[in-house]
Amino acid sequence: MNWLINTFGTSIGKKLLMALSGACFIGFLLGHLGGNTTLYFGKEAFNSYAEHLHALGILVNIAEISLLTLLVIHVVTGVTLFFQNLGARPQRYAVSKRAGGRTWASATMPYTGVLILIFVIFHLINFHFVEKTLDNTIFDIVSKTFVQPEFMIFYIIAMIIVAFHVSHGFWSLFQTLGANHPKYMPIITRVGIILSLVFGIGFGLLPIFVPLIAS
Amino acid sequence: MTTEEKNINITLKVWRQKSPDVKGRLETIEARDISTDMSFLEMLDTINEGLIIQSKEPIEFDNDCREGICGMCGAVVDGIPHGPESAMTLCQLHMRKFKNEDIIFVEPWRARAFPIIKDLIVDRSALDKIIQSGGFVSIAAGGAPDANSIPISQDIAEKAMDAAACIGCGACVAACPNASAMLFVSAKISQLALLPQGKPEAAQRAWNMVNTMDDCGFGNCTNEKECEAVCPKKISIVNIARMNREFFKSGFASQVL
Repeated sequence: MNWLINTFGTSIGKKLLMALSGACFIGFLLGHLGGNTTLYFGKEAFNSYAEHLHALGILVNIAEISLLTLLVIHVVTGVTLFFQNLGARPQRYAVSKRAGGRTWASATMPYTGVLILIFVIFHLINFHFVEKTLDNTIFDIVSKTFVQPEFMIFYIIAMIIVAFHVSHGFWSLFQTLGANHPKYMPIITRVGIILSLVFGIGFGLLPIFVPLIAS
Repeated sequence: MTTEEKNINITLKVWRQKSPDVKGRLETIEARDISTDMSFLEMLDTINEGLIIQSKEPIEFDNDCREGICGMCGAVVDGIPHGPESAMTLCQLHMRKFKNEDIIFVEPWRARAFPIIKDLIVDRSALDKIIQSGGFVSIAAGGAPDANSIPISQDIAEKAMDAAACIGCGACVAACPNASAMLFVSAKISQLALLPQGKPEAAQRAWNMVNTMDDCGFGNCTNEKECEAVCPKKISIVNIARMNREFFKSGFASQVL
């Protein structure tokens, strides 16, 4: 198994880990957004979605453990790369200008990443690790949270950050996997931007919409 | 246009460093009556002549062919390797791109893998080490083979030639926010991996070159595309994707390790 460790230990191997785990998160976000759209159909639809999801039993636990493992891989590899990259240029330039490749999204990947991690921890404490009862359903918990303006704004900002992270991450993961072809890259880049807008708008409108239907 | 109008006065903020171990600093040098017909390197020559007359140390910088094909010259001008013009080396940059009273920052390539030797000269032997670790093909010696005995399609030949256009100047490393050498290494891997002659050692080559690159202390690529933007030979990051594929084939599907 040494060959596997050696391959993943190289610079390109670490990139591959970032790309593969990132791809899984995009898959997860699609599923999560799919589920959350039931919120747009009201309390019953959302609660019944949650009930059906938890009826899957062990499958939910497997998914949770997989996501946690992927999270550890993505964060540990990302932090390692960040510090290695800082060390690769000990003396910074006095003047540094973008030549045209870098975007705001690509330049801020490590920072948006950290903010998303903080958000995910907060989000899990908020909605996952709370006791749900018949009187206090998941919909009630969500709507009670979003009627507070500070939570609403916090969630919207978090979703804009996610959209930024995905807008660079999506095409970037294809590039890393070696799938860069002049015929397909323009489409992949566009899909990435559309996807980040879908995530940003799809999730981002929920904190505004839920208080409206809750009252 | 009179000669006076063609000449400009500029202020250089140029990196001066006596030797690898001493601390360097940006020195301010006023240059008067610089002809806009001069190349950037000729401007430095002119300044150096003045410094020598004043018994001061001239600014050391690398240069050779001065026609953009050797890969020897290069400095970061106002934050961009090889200066503001695209697809050009520093020797091809002309003073007509600057205005009177401009303040121009000139710094060496900055990367841990490129230690500064003096002023603007850096040690780029790390790039040579990468080439030595795998950038070759085994060729059977003997009589010259017939032309076109190995068929190569025009499309592939062009791609290999585009990758082989790399002059190894190191601007990609200098421009990369992470000081990564992946554009350089990908061009060197691609130019051989694309052609039938390079296929026999492709797996071993990808493995050796990527590992040597890591050992030399270059950073990791985060797909920022700054390398592609400054490359004087317009090497595309499509080559980096190809290098990744070659590396995965080597790591996961070959017996080289």
